[in-house]
Amino acid sequence: MQQILSISGSPHIHSPRSTDRIMWMVIIALMPALACSLYCFGLGAAIVTAGSVLVCLVTEYVISRYMLGRRTPVFSVSAVLTGLLLAFNLPSNLPLWIVAIGGVVAIGVGKMAFGGLGCNIFNPALVGRVFLLLSFPAQMTSWPLPGADRMSYVDVSTGATLLSSLKTGDVVQMDLMREALGFTGGSLGEVGAVALLIGATWLLVTRVITWHVPVAILSTVTLFALAIGSDVAVELLGGGLLLGAFFMATDYVTSPMTHRGMMIYGVMIGVITVVIRHWGAYPEGVSFAILIMNGVTPLINRYVRPRKFGERRRAYGC
Amino acid sequence: MTLHTFHPGGIHIPDFKLSASAPIVDLAPVASLVLPLGQSIGSPSRAVVAVGQDVAAGQIIAEPSSRISAALHSPVFGVVKSVGSVDGPWGYPEQAVVISVGDAQPEQGGLADMEGDMPGQIRACARPYIEKVRDAGLVGMGGATFPTHVKLDVPPGKVDTLVINAVECEPYLTCDHALMLSAPAAIVYGVRLAMAIVGASKAVIGIEDNKPDAIKALSVHSGDCDDVEVIALRSRYPQGGEKQLIHATLRREVPVGGLPSDVGVVVMNVATIYALYEALVLGQPLTRRIVTVTGPEVPRPANYRVPLGYPVRELLRLSGVELGAGDKVVFGGPMMGRAVTNVDVPVTKGLSGILVLPASVAGRASVDPCVRCAKCVEVCPMGLEPYLISTLSRLGQVDEAVGDGGMMSCIECGSCSYVCPSSRPLLDYIRYGKGVVRSRKKR
Repeated sequence: MQQILSISGSPHIHSPRSTDRIMWMVIIALMPALACSLYCFGLGAAIVTAGSVLVCLVTEYVISRYMLGRRTPVFSVSAVLTGLLLAFNLPSNLPLWIVAIGGVVAIGVGKMAFGGLGCNIFNPALVGRVFLLLSFPAQMTSWPLPGADRMSYVDVSTGATLLSSLKTGDVVQMDLMREALGFTGGSLGEVGAVALLIGATWLLVTRVITWHVPVAILSTVTLFALAIGSDVAVELLGGGLLLGAFFMATDYVTSPMTHRGMMIYGVMIGVITVVIRHWGAYPEGVSFAILIMNGVTPLINRYVRPRKFGERRRAYGC
Repeated sequence: MTLHTFHPGGIHIPDFKLSASAPIVDLAPVASLVLPLGQSIGSPSRAVVAVGQDVAAGQIIAEPSSRISAALHSPVFGVVKSVGSVDGPWGYPEQAVVISVGDAQPEQGGLADMEGDMPGQIRACARPYIEKVRDAGLVGMGGATFPTHVKLDVPPGKVDTLVINAVECEPYLTCDHALMLSAPAAIVYGVRLAMAIVGASKAVIGIEDNKPDAIKALSVHSGDCDDVEVIALRSRYPQGGEKQLIHATLRREVPVGGLPSDVGVVVMNVATIYALYEALVLGQPLTRRIVTVTGPEVPRPANYRVPLGYPVRELLRLSGVELGAGDKVVFGGPMMGRAVTNVDVPVTKGLSGILVLPASVAGRASVDPCVRCAKCVEVCPMGLEPYLISTLSRLGQVDEAVGDGGMMSCIECGSCSYVCPSSRPLLDYIRYGKGVVRSRKKR
């Protein structure tokens, strides 16, 4: 008897790594930093993170199901990741209603308005963060002191971050050790360099991300800081640079498609970051730098193409 | 030691060489053998036997019908039962000669390695050798089935290096590996013969480092002279692609739209080289080949040496395969092989392996949106942007895909589709676009 066989075009095997699995790996890579954050900021960090993730999940489902009329699963890993990254960019004493606005803007404006996963131009979590930063400048720049008041949420003692002290010309007393372990003021997820680096190393080793973007960003910032005589350690560890370089700028959807393009993108992010930090109105510039370069990414993709095998070398962009 | 490999792109795929340690099993012919006339690229050969006619083992039963076409021989002593249409593996009818195998077969030896000392430099006159190769019906046995006599017929002085493809980069397949372990001296001698025919002063044999025993076996026999060099390559798919292999072994880059001879190279598969040895030294036409039967749930993965025309269903039975509904049977490797609709077909010259995938893994994952992860760009061995040309092709903008995107350079290795985390059918759309371009050219 003749059985009905399956047929399809080649290839007949597939890599086990799916989009969902990759996003789960990024979420897992963020866990050490989350743990560090929960230790430093306590209850506030837990409430802001949970709130942000929940709002992103609900927003994605509601828009996808009821406004776009798509059949869609209730749970979306990408919404969880966006929610987590948004929370990482917020101070841990931010009131929940502001967190919720951030989540709705991140998913609604940053992602779904462009057509959903894979179609957005700008990093959704950063769209949410920058929207909040411009709308609620006071709440967005009051940084809880780590280690103090772990059990309270909104009503905590706050202080300046290293970068804002640098900007206002205060004397910066920096303890590298405390800085690296996360005992410093700042957004929820940007504190704790060691924890971030553990996750980032794992992503690099498993080749979820390539080295091009983070190395380009970090080396550019280092060189630029040296050139203008700024403190390199403060530049690298004092703000959201590590979080941005390893977890935000490497976002697949909004970063260039070729390694050479990634290098250009990374270098420009580094330059814009330092320029904003030193000559701009804000003490921190990583999120603006990444968003600006997100906007340039289609242009980079258009002009920085891989060299085709067997083709004569040609000038860039011709 | 740093091992060579090709650039750009490529991907490491788990090799699943289940039958790597299986020895070659020689099989005797079954009651009747089916020999399709179209066993090479180009035009099918023309039958020169009539129904009822007796044929001897090795007798020619079909001759080349044009320049790019190959002769076909009877593997056995027997009687021509029919000449006509049979069902092919893809559901299309094809012309074939069917031979009833006679009772008293002459003694068939197993796969034999060369004995005695390796002859030194061969000073061959190419022309008579090429005629012998044509008369022996040789075709490229890696799967492309390009007639060997056409490939060997290069203008004098055009080729300086012969590259032997012994990488077997497709997962699962082990037929070339088994051959190299069984007949290393014959292969090295075959390489010398081929060098003499194309006028190459040097030959390199590229083998991936997942076959250390094969590297060693061939090195032992090529050791004395430096004109034949065995090069160990870092395992990386698609290293067996002609252009990739030339780049990996010689660092030469075949220009876009060009042929290996443009950089002074002829590439031959190692199994073809062995067939060349048999044809020129033993005087045997191509009537047998090694076929790997394998798959994740195949009870007895094996390497069989069978006469052409041997039924595929019998090979599956010998390996303990029981096909169920929804299973997938692939002729060739998992990356570039073709899924068949019909397994009641014979072994042909280009069949390197039969891969059986159970229904549970035969299907494809659901397609998600492209997240621009750039993995396809990273792995493309031709330096293309698969996400882009595939989308252009899907939208019908084939001119842009060809002109700006270089779609016609695609070697259809499938690395992009394999790696895509969103399981997008990248290669399917590229193949479709190439088809559109080709049909336009015909018109």
